[in-house]
Amino acid sequence: METMTGAQALWAALVREGVTEVFGYPGGAILPAYDAMLGFPIHHVLVRHEQGATHMADGYARASGRVGVAIATSGPGATNMVTGIATAMLDSVPIVCITGQVGSKLIGSDAFQETDITGITLPITKHNYLVTRAEDVAPTIREAFLVAKSGRPGPVLVDITKDAQTTTCDVDWDAIVPQLNETMDDELPGDGTAAEAVKLINAAERPLILAGHGVTLSGAEREIITLAEKAQVPIAMTLLGIGGVPAHHPLNLGMMGMHGEAWVNTAIQEADLLIALGMRFDDRVTGNLRTYALNAKKIHVDIDRAELNKNVRVDVAIAKDLRTAVGEWLPKLVPTPRQAWLARINELKGDSAVRDIQNLPDNGHLYAAHVINDLWRLTEGNAVVVTDVGQHQMWEAQYYKHDSPRSLITSGGLGTMGFALPAAIGAKMACPDKEVWVVVGDGGFQMTMCELATAVQEGLDLNICIVNNGYLGMVRQWQEFFYEKRYAATPITGPDFVKLAEAFGIWGKTVDQRADVENAVQNARRHRGVSLIDFRVEQEDSVYPMVPAGADLHKMIRRPSPHPIVETAAD
Amino acid sequence: MTHTFAVYVDNQPGVLNRVASLFRRRAFNIESLTVGHTHEPGMSRMTIVVDTDEYGARRLEANLYKLVPVRRVENLSVRPSIARDLALIKVNVSGENRVQVMQLVDVYRAKIVDISPESLVIEATGNEGKIESFLEVLKPYGISELVRTGIVAMARGTGAPTRAATRVAADVQDNLGSYSV
Repeated sequence: METMTGAQALWAALVREGVTEVFGYPGGAILPAYDAMLGFPIHHVLVRHEQGATHMADGYARASGRVGVAIATSGPGATNMVTGIATAMLDSVPIVCITGQVGSKLIGSDAFQETDITGITLPITKHNYLVTRAEDVAPTIREAFLVAKSGRPGPVLVDITKDAQTTTCDVDWDAIVPQLNETMDDELPGDGTAAEAVKLINAAERPLILAGHGVTLSGAEREIITLAEKAQVPIAMTLLGIGGVPAHHPLNLGMMGMHGEAWVNTAIQEADLLIALGMRFDDRVTGNLRTYALNAKKIHVDIDRAELNKNVRVDVAIAKDLRTAVGEWLPKLVPTPRQAWLARINELKGDSAVRDIQNLPDNGHLYAAHVINDLWRLTEGNAVVVTDVGQHQMWEAQYYKHDSPRSLITSGGLGTMGFALPAAIGAKMACPDKEVWVVVGDGGFQMTMCELATAVQEGLDLNICIVNNGYLGMVRQWQEFFYEKRYAATPITGPDFVKLAEAFGIWGKTVDQRADVENAVQNARRHRGVSLIDFRVEQEDSVYPMVPAGADLHKMIRRPSPHPIVETAAD
Repeated sequence: MTHTFAVYVDNQPGVLNRVASLFRRRAFNIESLTVGHTHEPGMSRMTIVVDTDEYGARRLEANLYKLVPVRRVENLSVRPSIARDLALIKVNVSGENRVQVMQLVDVYRAKIVDISPESLVIEATGNEGKIESFLEVLKPYGISELVRTGIVAMARGTGAPTRAATRVAADVQDNLGSYSV
């Protein structure tokens, strides 16, 4: 039994959860907690905006698998966290956000800097808590961490009133036993079985694995590869599935969906069995559901039962930890060559190769895809790349070949612009020995570039690649394709990014020729501290292929090719 | 079709908001929702009626389990169960009409719980169909006020759901999820 204030109990509980870094911004209602912080072995990273704190905690969690922690004051401090919390919710990232709240006697009185943050974040957290008594602080933090990382991970918010921080309580650490509900893990009547799944796999002629974020979250990387190799099933990845399966594995086809590889989308439409593992049939990967994979039976494994039969009706639905579920199948799989199917996919690939921008001359232009590909080559594919949202994000997914889990960090579900820089700061703090690159557009960078100061203050070794095309490029692309090139509000100016870098004490370089890419990247890598390269890329380039929103998955807009192209079923 | 769920929840502030918010953001329409104490301290029970198909019902059940204060969910529509609705009905009647209404009250095994010179308050209990039918026959006499509780429901037989709030040690809890730390 220890006697301490609620504020001290907060930090003591965080230390017990293994927390070593928190990302935050102080203010009135959280001041007692900040005062107590100095007595505990936790490093506080002062952010420049609370949204940055949540993205940093998010990047920290995604890079390391540990729970990220963000802290802010009441009112505007708390509301600034909302976007970061929603980002973590949509991508199943375990973070704990701690906010100060006005004194419990003042709640409901519209006191200074009072907001109902538990009400505001109710639909975008896995769970949240309002703590009004000091003795509840430590048990709540314990439970919050369990909720954040158990099952399908997600964000949890703990709102602590000022008086709960200042009053004294007795904490009996051994008596803190959270009472969480287990029943969600029970099997229910109607659940699919391993035997049913194996039967479908063994009987399939054209099976395809759809690998999602769950592969990494469950630590099922080895099981997926074994499944693929033993049964000779090719693998397609979602955006967040990238890294879960090595890019260079011969059975890994690449990314599916709106900007997925054409052969992958075509293969999905031609498959007779889809094995969906830890993915959720988001509209960005299915296109029109009425024409989606009509020839395929479907097996779906997800730890979140609520994802099963949500968007796509499946034949075998298994609500289980992915690693456990696939592990049960492996001994019963019959090795099958499936040569005809693999040959068909190779045939589809050939058509795409002639359209690949990597195989096209640059004619003196600097293409973003070339920059990304060079970055991949020069970092030998070993960097942790944190991307923002838009065209550069899709080019990164296409042209940076990720071979290891947690090496691509990106906002998939919510598509949060401004995510990259703060998330990269979190990732670098979680993995200080890894080379971390921010790949960001000139639009998204300007949303959260204030966090450059955070990176400098922390003395981080971070590399920033701005893919600068002077447009909000993805929206411009949609305007080009679907709105007759009426570029409403998409041309965007920015500062001279190199001068901006100088102002922050950062090394910076502008590149507008492909010949200069290598030198700039290597200089940035050699530079200790934050470095920034402003790549002035082709302004009106588009990401291909593209499945227009709501269109059939196999009806893709393809990159115009200078060579005569043999049209395939995909066209 | 309609599905009736019995939902056991921790009796704590905001739990009704969490459940209602879930239905709203997942675009399910609540036909009726009642909540009250149970025989177990700290535990409340909701009866929720919702119009959805079989897939929707399963997804709803799964989503309810994702709410931390939800301890147990039972879909009563897939097993024999009893459902009851209680209505208080004020009818403006006097004289000859009053006698007729009192006879109807007897037929429907309802009760008169308040009498004034110009009105009666009737208490009626039964499944929704019975209440609807009773209201239909009372309508010609002039219903001036009506309040209904919404459905409360319970499975038939001895198979009472076990309370699932199993308390397990924290280190075991850590290993429950799939999350690899």
